[in-house]
Amino acid sequence: MKIKLLDIACARSGDKGDSSNIGIAFESEEVYHWAVEKVTPNKVKDHLKGIAKSEIVRYELPNLLSLNFIIKGSLEGGGSDSLLHDAQGKTHAQLVLLMDIEVPDFFSKYIYTIPDLEK
Amino acid sequence: MKKTINIANGQGFWGDSIDAPKKLINNKILDYLTLDYLAEVTMAIMQKQYHKSADRGYAHDFVEFVSNSVDQILENNIKIITNAGGVNPYTCAEEIKSKTNDELKIAVVEGDNIIDKIDEYIDSGIKFDNLDNGKDILEIRDKICSANIYIDSFVVAEALKYNPNIVLGGRITDPGLVVGPCLHEFGWDKKDYNKIAAATVAGHILECGAQCTGGNHTRWWEVENFVDIGYPIVSISDNALFDIHKDSKSGGLINKLTVTEQLLYEMGDPRRYLSPDVTVDFTSINLEDTNNNKVSVSNVKGMAPTDTYKVAVNYISGYKANGKLTVTAPYAKEKATKIGQVIIDRLKNNGIIFDDYKIDYIGYNSCSAQSLPVNDNSNEITVSISVKDKVRSKIERFSKEIAPLITNGPPGITGFAGGRPKVQEVISYWPTLISKDIVKTNVRIY
Repeated sequence: MKIKLLDIACARSGDKGDSSNIGIAFESEEVYHWAVEKVTPNKVKDHLKGIAKSEIVRYELPNLLSLNFIIKGSLEGGGSDSLLHDAQGKTHAQLVLLMDIEVPDFFSKYIYTIPDLEK
Repeated sequence: MKKTINIANGQGFWGDSIDAPKKLINNKILDYLTLDYLAEVTMAIMQKQYHKSADRGYAHDFVEFVSNSVDQILENNIKIITNAGGVNPYTCAEEIKSKTNDELKIAVVEGDNIIDKIDEYIDSGIKFDNLDNGKDILEIRDKICSANIYIDSFVVAEALKYNPNIVLGGRITDPGLVVGPCLHEFGWDKKDYNKIAAATVAGHILECGAQCTGGNHTRWWEVENFVDIGYPIVSISDNALFDIHKDSKSGGLINKLTVTEQLLYEMGDPRRYLSPDVTVDFTSINLEDTNNNKVSVSNVKGMAPTDTYKVAVNYISGYKANGKLTVTAPYAKEKATKIGQVIIDRLKNNGIIFDDYKIDYIGYNSCSAQSLPVNDNSNEITVSISVKDKVRSKIERFSKEIAPLITNGPPGITGFAGGRPKVQEVISYWPTLISKDIVKTNVRIY
C-alpha cells in the first residue's frame, strides 16, 4: 500500500546552526519499528532533493517512538548567514511528511484520517 | 518547602505574543512565570543597540509588560524569571524601578556577558575555537560584536534567595529559567542529576511557548481555538515528576504528540543533550497522556555536565539585502526567471559581482527546492532575490535595482509597496566553549 508519511506520523523541524533537524514521531510500536527499518537517512535524502545535499545523521528514540534526522548543511550557513527563504528549516518537517512510502496492507489500521479541511 | 510548584512560560522568543504574559500573570495558581526573549542572534542585535545608546540593549517589551502588571505580580505573588536583560540588565532593572514606583525587587544575574573581557582572554592564550569547524577565533577577532556565556541555573537559584519579584538575566539558558526555580524550591544538590535533568526537560518543553500546546503541530486541524491558544504550565514536584498543562479555559492542544514534537525541536544527539547544569538523555523520558490536555513526564535520566560552558560569539561578516517582486500569469514562472536574471545581469554590467546571491520563487519552490512536484502554470509567483557581500556599497547598489523592473521589465509586476530593500548586516554565529573555572557569576539586587 502506497501512502504518505503524513498518514502515519507527525514531525517538527528547526535549526541546529548550519543544519536542520527533523524529528518524526509515530504512534505505535509496530509503526515505529517499521520506520526504523524503512525511513532511512538515504530514503529521506532522496526525498529532500535540493535541500539534503550532504550527510544525514539519524538518531533513534524508542521511548518516544521517534526518529531524529540531522540534515547536515541544509541551511547553507544558517542563521543570519543564510540567503535561503527558509533559513531556519522550519518547513522541512512538512516536506518530509509528503514523502511517498510503501507500507504493508495491514497498516491501514494505523492510518490517521485527515478530516475535510475545506469545510 | 513546597511539594509542587507551578511554572508557566509566556514568551518563547523576542517578538512572541504580547498577550500571553498578561493572561498568565492573572493565573493565581502560578508560582513562577518564565519569559524567554533570547535567540542566538538576539544578543548581537541588543549589543548593537547598546553600542548606539548606552540605555538600550534589552527587551523593552518586558519593561512595558511589568509596568502594566505590577498589581498582579504583587497580588498573585508570582515571581518572574527572564533573560530579558539581554546585554544591559542594569538599565532594564533601573527602567522597571523608575516606572513602577520602586515597588518591585529585582535580582540581576550577571557574568554571562564577556564582550569587554574576550580580548583579554584571547591575549592570555585562551582558545575560542569554533565548535562547528574548528577554526581559530583570531580569524574574526576584530569583527566580534557580542560574546555571551550560557551560564548555569544555580545562579538563578542563588538570586531567588533574596526573595525578589523578578530575576533578570542575560544569557541564562532557556531551560534554565525553569531549572533555577526548581533548584531554589527543592534544594536539590548539584549531583541530583536525574532531578536536574527532569527540570531541564520541563524547561525544554516550555521554552518555545505555545509550541507544546498546539502551536506548529502537524495535525493543526485538531487544535481548538488558536485565537486564544494557552501557553504552557509545568507542575513539578520535589521528586522531579511533572505534568505539562495549560489554563483549562484557553485554546490549544496538549497531547503526547504535541509534547513529543517539542521534545524533538532543535534536537541534536538525544543521548547527550548538553546544558551547563547537566547532560540529559532524552531516550530515557517517559510520557503519559491523560487525555485532558495534560501530559505527565517521568523517568528522565541525567549525567554529570561537561566542565565547559558554551559561549555564543557573534561577529559581523558582511552585508545583505533581499528584494521581492510579484508577477502574475500568463507565463508567471518564465517572467519570474527573467526578472531575477535581468537584475543580476544589470548589476554585473556595472561591475558588481556578489560574494553570494540567491533567487527564489515564492509560491513555486522557494522552500521545497526539488523535493515536490511543481506547478508550471502558477497564477502568480513572488521572485525573491537575496544578495550578500563584504562590501556594503555593492548591497546598497542592489537595493536600487529592483523597482525599475516594474516599468522596464516584463509586464504584470507588482508588490513593491515596501520601498527599496534595506541593507542589513550579516551577523555570523561562532559557537565556542570556555572552561567553567574562569567564569564568575554574581547577583546584584535592585
